[in-house]
Amino acid sequence: MADTPIWMIVPGNAPLSVLLLAVLAMPLLYVARWPVHSLVHALEHLARSPLRLVARWLVAAAAEMRERNRQVLLAHGREEVQQHIAREFERIAAMVRRDLEGFPALQRRLLDEITRVEEDYRKSGEVPPPPPEWVEAVAAIANVKNGNELVQRLLDEINLSIKEMHEATLDTYREACEERHRILNGFMPFWRSLDKTLARAADRMTSLGDRAAHLDAQMAKFEEIVRGTEKAEHALTVSQATQFLVSLVVLFIAAGGALINFKLIALPMSEMVGAGDWLTPSLRTSEIAALVIIFVEATMGLFLMETLRITHLFPRIHNLGEAMRKRMMAVSFVLLLALAGVEAALALMRDMLIADKMALLQSLASAPQPVAADGVLSRIPTAGQMLLGFILPFALAFVAIPLESFVNSARTVGGALLVLAARGTAFALRLAGNVLRNLARVLIMFYDLVIVLPLLLERLMRAKSPESKPADEAPLLAEPDKSSLSKRLAARGR
Amino acid sequence: MDKRSFLAAVPALGLAAWLPGCVDPKSQAQAVYLLVDTSGTYAQEVDKAQLLVNYLLGTLQPGDSLAVARVRSRSFSEKDIVAKATFDGRPSQANLQKRALRDQVESFTRASRSSPYTDITGGLIQGALFLNETGAGKKTILIFSDMQEELDKSTVRDFPFDLKGIRVVAVNVVKLRTDNIDPRRYLGRLEEWEKRVQAAGAREWRVINDLEHLDGVLRG
Repeated sequence: MADTPIWMIVPGNAPLSVLLLAVLAMPLLYVARWPVHSLVHALEHLARSPLRLVARWLVAAAAEMRERNRQVLLAHGREEVQQHIAREFERIAAMVRRDLEGFPALQRRLLDEITRVEEDYRKSGEVPPPPPEWVEAVAAIANVKNGNELVQRLLDEINLSIKEMHEATLDTYREACEERHRILNGFMPFWRSLDKTLARAADRMTSLGDRAAHLDAQMAKFEEIVRGTEKAEHALTVSQATQFLVSLVVLFIAAGGALINFKLIALPMSEMVGAGDWLTPSLRTSEIAALVIIFVEATMGLFLMETLRITHLFPRIHNLGEAMRKRMMAVSFVLLLALAGVEAALALMRDMLIADKMALLQSLASAPQPVAADGVLSRIPTAGQMLLGFILPFALAFVAIPLESFVNSARTVGGALLVLAARGTAFALRLAGNVLRNLARVLIMFYDLVIVLPLLLERLMRAKSPESKPADEAPLLAEPDKSSLSKRLAARGR
Repeated sequence: MDKRSFLAAVPALGLAAWLPGCVDPKSQAQAVYLLVDTSGTYAQEVDKAQLLVNYLLGTLQPGDSLAVARVRSRSFSEKDIVAKATFDGRPSQANLQKRALRDQVESFTRASRSSPYTDITGGLIQGALFLNETGAGKKTILIFSDMQEELDKSTVRDFPFDLKGIRVVAVNVVKLRTDNIDPRRYLGRLEEWEKRVQAAGAREWRVINDLEHLDGVLRG
């Protein structure tokens, strides 16, 4: 008996005990129905309200962030296209200046060549043979009658003279023809030169036309950005995302280069700063020193790119005077060169240290180790390391370009991701709120299911009452009327 | 501050904030004290100790310390330290020191003489003093011995001593003739040493009998 639980009304019969307990508890639960419903609703409200509030705030924040991102994106795009257009104008101006400067000379040359061709053309004209003035005299003599011997002889003489003259004329004509052909042959170089000059002029015009078309396209893009159209925004976002990915890939490659660089100089740095000093439990001072050298190289490269006006990360450097900018460029380059030289020396030292260690290990080894021949082949890795040590700092200098792209595009991509995260969180919070509401409903339904018998009784009594609604219309297990519930809550509050 | 300037300055600030967290260089260093038993029949194993020393010289880094001492009838003395060195931070200098230490140990193994008694405890106490003086973060005592301690009547070693924070590794613990008759003697001897070493506060107790398995001797 002592082991019987307190709730077991009928000892040794748990089902009956449970049944009896349920029957006893049912009136109590029925009486407490509305307070319990109110409690569940209040709890649901308590949990759901902050969720909804935060979700709303997140949606509003996301919208605000999106708008801000949009403005930044458009401003950035506007600035970029402005620079592009300005550069395009500079190119066109340079082209026009270059071509128009040469245009008077070109025109003069063209005119000279045309004049010369015209003159030659005129010279090449066919000279008509002189008209035969003696033909009429011959005809008159031929008309003399009575076949005079004198006339006959005269005619023979004339015939002879005519033949001689004909041959002379023919010779002259042939010579003139030859001369004309020679002149026409002389045209060819002028025609070719004329053709070339005109083709060059046409090329320049075409190139200018292409530039103008490109400029038109940029202007159209600029106008769209100024208008803030969806198309422009979408194009800019895609462009920024592409830039972000590309620059990220290039930065990863550069990180690989930096790692190789680090490996090259970490060991020899221990000869300079000691290998026994530790800055953190896992990093030696020599390793930090090697990292610092690489960072300094990258920084010098950054300054070099900046002073060369390839990147625009530092407005102050960008706004420097021309003389100061060139001075700074020279200083950056000299420092970079010096660091590259230091790295080459460190690479050599690394090789020597490794050789020394290998010699020590060989002397410590119990079995004799094969010794590599000290020939040209063994010097190739040393030379390769030195070359790599010298080249890598300059290669790292170009990291400034993808770094700038990364920094610029990260703002847009990061902003878009933040908006996405805010919206996702808001959705999750709303979902959680809805799940809570439905859980509260399920709980209430379950409660009503437990007290189904008293509820059935209430329904029957209402059905008998003339003022009540028909039994079919009143739901047995229904959600309590929220308006009446809130009225009750308000009344209790009062 | 301009946004771009800020973005460029963040890594530099991070580095600056991180640098002050320097650690004591000695806490990262290792110190090893090798006790070489030269007593009785174990004296013929001394040549093998050279292999162990060579392994240690090849493994230890610049900044680490190594001392080689012999175990004799009474070993609690600095005179029993055959060779010792704290390797220079510069790798080239450290290599020179290692070569010199190797030569010292070589001449010791050639000229070592057998002693009638074996004072391992005295050597342990002397080793602990040496290791604690180095201030190294990882301290190890290697005992190259059969772990059979034999003291003369006037030598007192039955008192508690301190090996706190020190790893103790017994290397090449050869079996004696009596151990072959009754292996429990060998196992009991090792167990007894383990208890003594643990009672002295040692961080770890290990036994490595095969010199081919020295890889893990300084690990941990």
